[in-house]
Amino acid sequence: MNLLAQQLVNGLFIGSVYGLFAVGYTLVFGVLDILNLAHAAVFTLGGLVALWLVQAAGVSIWLAFPLATLFAGLLGLLLNQVAFVPLRKRADSQFSGLISSIAMAIVFEAVALGLFGARSVRFPQGTVSVHIWHVAGVTITSLQVGIVLVATLLMLVLTFFIQRTRTGKAIRTVAENERAAMLLGINVNGIIAFTFFISSSLGGAAGILYGLYFDALAPDMGRSIELKGLAVIILGGMGSIPGAILGGLAFGLSEVLTVAISGTSNLRDAVAFTVLFAILLIRPSGLLGRGKTREA
Amino acid sequence: MKRFNRLLFAATVCVAFATAGVYPAFSAETIKIGFVFSMTGGAAVYGASQKEGAQLAVDQINAAAGGGLQIAPIFEDDASVPQQGTNVYNKLINGDKVAAIVGPTLSNTAKITNPIAQQIGVPVLGVSNTAAGITEIGDYIFRNSLTEAVVIPNTVKVAKAKLGFNKVVHFFGNDDAFTKSGADAFRKGLQAEGVQILGEQTFAKGDRDFSPQLTQIKSQNPDAIVCSALVEEASGIVSQARQLGIPKTVSIIGGNGFNSPALIKNAGEASEGVIVGAAWNISSTNPLNVKFVDDYTKKYNRPPDQFAAQAFAGVHIIYQAAKAAGTTDNRKAIRDALVKIKGLDTLLGKFSFTEGRDADHTPVVQEVKGGKFLVVGN
Repeated sequence: MNLLAQQLVNGLFIGSVYGLFAVGYTLVFGVLDILNLAHAAVFTLGGLVALWLVQAAGVSIWLAFPLATLFAGLLGLLLNQVAFVPLRKRADSQFSGLISSIAMAIVFEAVALGLFGARSVRFPQGTVSVHIWHVAGVTITSLQVGIVLVATLLMLVLTFFIQRTRTGKAIRTVAENERAAMLLGINVNGIIAFTFFISSSLGGAAGILYGLYFDALAPDMGRSIELKGLAVIILGGMGSIPGAILGGLAFGLSEVLTVAISGTSNLRDAVAFTVLFAILLIRPSGLLGRGKTREA
Repeated sequence: MKRFNRLLFAATVCVAFATAGVYPAFSAETIKIGFVFSMTGGAAVYGASQKEGAQLAVDQINAAAGGGLQIAPIFEDDASVPQQGTNVYNKLINGDKVAAIVGPTLSNTAKITNPIAQQIGVPVLGVSNTAAGITEIGDYIFRNSLTEAVVIPNTVKVAKAKLGFNKVVHFFGNDDAFTKSGADAFRKGLQAEGVQILGEQTFAKGDRDFSPQLTQIKSQNPDAIVCSALVEEASGIVSQARQLGIPKTVSIIGGNGFNSPALIKNAGEASEGVIVGAAWNISSTNPLNVKFVDDYTKKYNRPPDQFAAQAFAGVHIIYQAAKAAGTTDNRKAIRDALVKIKGLDTLLGKFSFTEGRDADHTPVVQEVKGGKFLVVGN
């Protein structure tokens, strides 16, 4: 029983990082119907920049976290400006945007490689003080709790922001119909740029949390999460924020339980993607997908 | 197009002549040795250390030789891939006509390139290959790097004598030739010592989250965890094991893959007490090793690792063989002299080749204490 509880905690933890990563992913998709494949590279750079701030500039993690998150958001603006804006007027902007975002991902990754080297790097000892709690035979570290809390908080704030605020409503309007939004006097380009900012900030934040927990940041670490993030948003329903969170948790749990039961990590991705496949067969729009109504 | 080809040919011929002129005319007292290390690509980290170690050895030997036998090193980069390794081997053997080759960095590359040298009859000394089936390629292929099959059973023996464990869990990477051969060696070593294996868990290269497997391991209550992993994964395993509350009394025991300062740097406090078997230890008090560590640190401003040490020793072994053979270009004579090397004093200890041309010297077992590798005993 303790064993199962511990594995559930493990899964909940990794799932919340997946969720945070996927929320940013799905936000851009929901608004623009474009997959931003540079999201994983922003995730990596967010983590690496936070590390740089802590290690080279000697900043405390409590300051480095918001700064690096902000930096990731600015990368999002750059990404939008370079990879998406010039293409938006074109008829096939969906595909060309997809390709140019891959190009930006390669550029970002190369920059990371040039600046930080190919070796795995880690946050210095004692960046965050870690307490270890044993609750009913389950071991939880304060770092894990902190990561789940930060991820949950960011996701709640985002949900509130999208649902309740004026800008959030504008984002949803643009997502629904760009032309109508423009007729209503909404600054569509500004909203899109802002969406990229939010999305990339969340991606960067996920990168920092991931780096803090696994103690191994490398320029190629985005690749391991890229495909999973994609699977998570498909599982949750493309463009759905609660779906991305739910999908992230489901994905994390399925991974951890597969490894725990089989005793090997070889089957981990196979099982996770088989579940994804099955869900797509049963519910093509994902767990919380909006179905086809929008296109009608 | 035709004209272009002719131009290209002319240019190639010119370049060929030009490069031929660049090489200094070697005196009869100079032996040409080719070094094939991975200076770029995935194994660049290791190749860089090896080149530094080898360069240091060559410089010291040449300075000490005076009018005696000198070494003319030719360094080549195999880019961590067998294809480039093949090109470089062909160049060294047929173009530069080297007397012997040291390298290549990776076992994977060695399996493709060494048959070329074997066929023509050029002695090759591997200084970092630890996979099975390297020296089996032929009687011209040697190595001075101890294999996991030698290091790990010794580690298990020494660790058991020190810690007295009876039941362990076996955790290893099952998608890599090196970690898999390490796992086989652990099974053999544990069986020989009568230690019970409670269970096996595996991971894949590039994994970062080991908590599911470690949670299972914790529930099995082992006395120790034996682990065959490369240093990146090893660091994650060690630090996550302690985070999950596996107590320090449950020792983690690893092989050559753990033997890197990166383990202590990455896992920090959690690495305390980890037992690591290896071919070489920086704190070994062997006078040759003390001098090497000193000279290396002075020259490159950082301490050497095992790759540098084995490359350094490799140069000395080839040099001794060439001196004994009394030749600078008779490849067969050098091979025959290599076979006869017995009890040579190197920084690795008394060094000999086994009948299968593998390394034979005493491996070390170390424990991480106070942020350093300390020798447990031989």
